[in-house]
Amino acid sequence: MQGPSDFELSRRKILLGTAASVAFGVAPRIADAQTPAVPVQAGAAPAISMSKVSFSVNGKPREIALDTRTTLLDALREHLHLTGSKKGCDHGQCGACTVIVGGRRINSCLTLAVMHEGDEIKTIEGLGTPENLHPMQAAFVKHDGYQCGYCTPGQICSAVAVLDEIKAGIPSHVSADLNAPAQLTNAELRERMSGNICRCGAYSNIAEAITEVAGRQA
Amino acid sequence: MKSFTYERARNPAEAAASVLRKPDAKFIAGGTNLLDLMKLEIETPAHLIDVNGLALDKIEPTAEGGLRIGALVRNTDLAADSRVRRDYAVLSRALLAGASGQLRNKATTAGNLLQRTRCPYFYDTNQPCNKRRPGSGCAAIGGFSRQHAVVGGSEACIATHPSDMAVGMRALDATVETVRPDGATRAIPIAEFHHLPGSTPHVETALSPGELITAVTLPKPVGGTHIYRKVRDRASYAFALVSVAAIVQRDGTGRVALGGVAHKPWRIESADSQLPRGAKAVMAELLSGARPTRENAFKLSLAERTLGAVLTEAKG
Repeated sequence: MQGPSDFELSRRKILLGTAASVAFGVAPRIADAQTPAVPVQAGAAPAISMSKVSFSVNGKPREIALDTRTTLLDALREHLHLTGSKKGCDHGQCGACTVIVGGRRINSCLTLAVMHEGDEIKTIEGLGTPENLHPMQAAFVKHDGYQCGYCTPGQICSAVAVLDEIKAGIPSHVSADLNAPAQLTNAELRERMSGNICRCGAYSNIAEAITEVAGRQA
Repeated sequence: MKSFTYERARNPAEAAASVLRKPDAKFIAGGTNLLDLMKLEIETPAHLIDVNGLALDKIEPTAEGGLRIGALVRNTDLAADSRVRRDYAVLSRALLAGASGQLRNKATTAGNLLQRTRCPYFYDTNQPCNKRRPGSGCAAIGGFSRQHAVVGGSEACIATHPSDMAVGMRALDATVETVRPDGATRAIPIAEFHHLPGSTPHVETALSPGELITAVTLPKPVGGTHIYRKVRDRASYAFALVSVAAIVQRDGTGRVALGGVAHKPWRIESADSQLPRGAKAVMAELLSGARPTRENAFKLSLAERTLGAVLTEAKG
């Protein structure tokens, strides 16, 4: 019997292969659109509107022509093959797709790629590398700030931006005094990170990781 | 998602004219609600007009001593503005009680006013909904209605307006400024901006076709203690079951608006005058005529108790 290693299969390759064959069987022309599983109805020609967009991703200029429906998340993952940003809910509820655009964290699933002409986008791939981790990545490893890891890129991008938001004096729902400098308390970090859901429940360790980096920065 | 064409508008009048020219066109700014609804094909615009380049992103003082907030000011920036924090804290607090950090970074002032209800039957395209498909019926009436409106609803719709920001703005007597495709501008008091459902729950605001919000203005600061208290099923990142926006003066007078209870931010000026008599007296007036369902009748006592807590907090 041959093990998977004989074929050098990865989970990602298997998933990609499956998705591609499904798309091929149904609607090959919209394989890059957001909802490849929706069949194109017979007789109704799929009128696809394309648009060009240029932005910088992790410091590199990129220019792509896209179906206007493509979200920033799908552009990053499916067109630029930066698969660190994850698609969780695809409705802005889970935060797995969080990236940093113009210094601000956003849900990349809830924004169209074509709306980011000229923007500077930073993804988890731009924060650090396996050899040279960003301090937040290193702290997540040290504090075990994950279990399955699916939400982790979004958690880390969000956490990096949260510390910048506190530094910029942006208040939160739990800030006792709106007019005082924002504090770096556990309650503040938890409130500010509430847009990132972790179904494994690693929240305590995530908060510890952020606290360590915040302490180091202060 | 249905296919659509896309353009970037260069000025407000051009954007308003363009939306009239194209059938089924819509403006897009932050897009956090519109894009979500487009994925579900609840919104199916054939053309999107990106208004992000319209330079409506400033917060400026008005000649009357108030503030003019550009339509494109992001929720994060509005909540963090030092003048808003100091003089209109109820608005800062309302904004910070809503959504998540990521969403507030994208969501705009105008888009927040225009967001659609989170009624689950509006979202479920297999269900009848008079908002989504006028005349199809309302599945929320007789359905799961814990989140729904207790006051101001109709036989056609019991959805709530989900915004926190708008509740703060209602307490502050904000005004919505717009431009129409012919270039004419007008100012709509926020009390008249959102409609009650009546027999046309799909008509949600006073905007006419192609009309574009350019700004929201706040009158001169009124002082007092500003409190926004939101009660929800979890501590953060959830819509309100009930929220209270209150401005309370030292003599006990003030203003109260409620969120989570109606199709629009809920304030009745005559109920404000009951404030010195306490929460029960205010609610007797503010929620008179309430018609809750069995599942959401708790909102009546929850609103009264929340206001009670707010008034205690205001006394310090």
